[in-house]
Amino acid sequence: MLSCKDVTHLVSESMDRTLPLGKRVGVRLHLLVCRFCERYRRQLLLLRETARHLALEGETPGEPLPESLSPEARDKIRRSLGTA
Amino acid sequence: MDNGKRTDPADWVDRYGDYLFRYAMLRLRDRSAAEDMVQETFLAALNSRGSFSGGSSEATWLVGILKHKIADHYRRQAREAPLEGGDLAEHPDAGNFDGAGHWKTGPAGWGGNPADHYREREFLDRFRECLSGLSPNHANAFTLREIDGLGTAEICKVLNVTETNLWVILHRARALLRRCLETRWFGAAAGKGS
Repeated sequence: MLSCKDVTHLVSESMDRTLPLGKRVGVRLHLLVCRFCERYRRQLLLLRETARHLALEGETPGEPLPESLSPEARDKIRRSLGTA
Repeated sequence: MDNGKRTDPADWVDRYGDYLFRYAMLRLRDRSAAEDMVQETFLAALNSRGSFSGGSSEATWLVGILKHKIADHYRRQAREAPLEGGDLAEHPDAGNFDGAGHWKTGPAGWGGNPADHYREREFLDRFRECLSGLSPNHANAFTLREIDGLGTAEICKVLNVTETNLWVILHRARALLRRCLETRWFGAAAGKGS
């Protein structure tokens, strides 16, 4: 039987590779009956979704821009390019 | 963006500066490192304008150069601070389990519709803060895997670790981020027993 601790490791590992069948089944059965492990799994997936969202954010036109180059950095880069 | 169109390098900073900066900032988590990287990208681009095939947009070409520079930066960090015992020692979740591996303190419920969290600006800010708080090895591994969506084999080459170690690093990074967000964003009372 897999412990909750085992399952948290396997849940993360399953996000990086396909688990062997036996483990996959073991994890799935455990998650059906353990609300904490199932919650843990959903939270790790939320981290992934959030990361993907941040990656796309910069590419979405019209989104408010959280960060931009400082005026000093702009000047410095322009000077280095010889286009100041 | 217009495919194949070349623009005057004098316009690059205004046209692409913020875009490249944000790209670098998300992945390097350090303002001055990100600014330097943008500058290096423009300089490299200026010196190799011939390599712009015109098959893609100029922005895509520039991001391609930046990506390589970020990977080099990760390689350097991995060399300077190779994976040590500390990175693989006690797991961040260890205290949450009893001797038999059952939850002593379960993960707190995060409430609401989880899918809505990442649309909130403040949640995203906390997320970035928590990511910045990780060691470079953990943060870089997480970034390559979850932000860039790279496969593990490719990440192993950049960070010079075995696949088994990478799984461990990724789980630790996720566990640390999860705990950090639980504290800083949700601040909820942890569930008891199971």
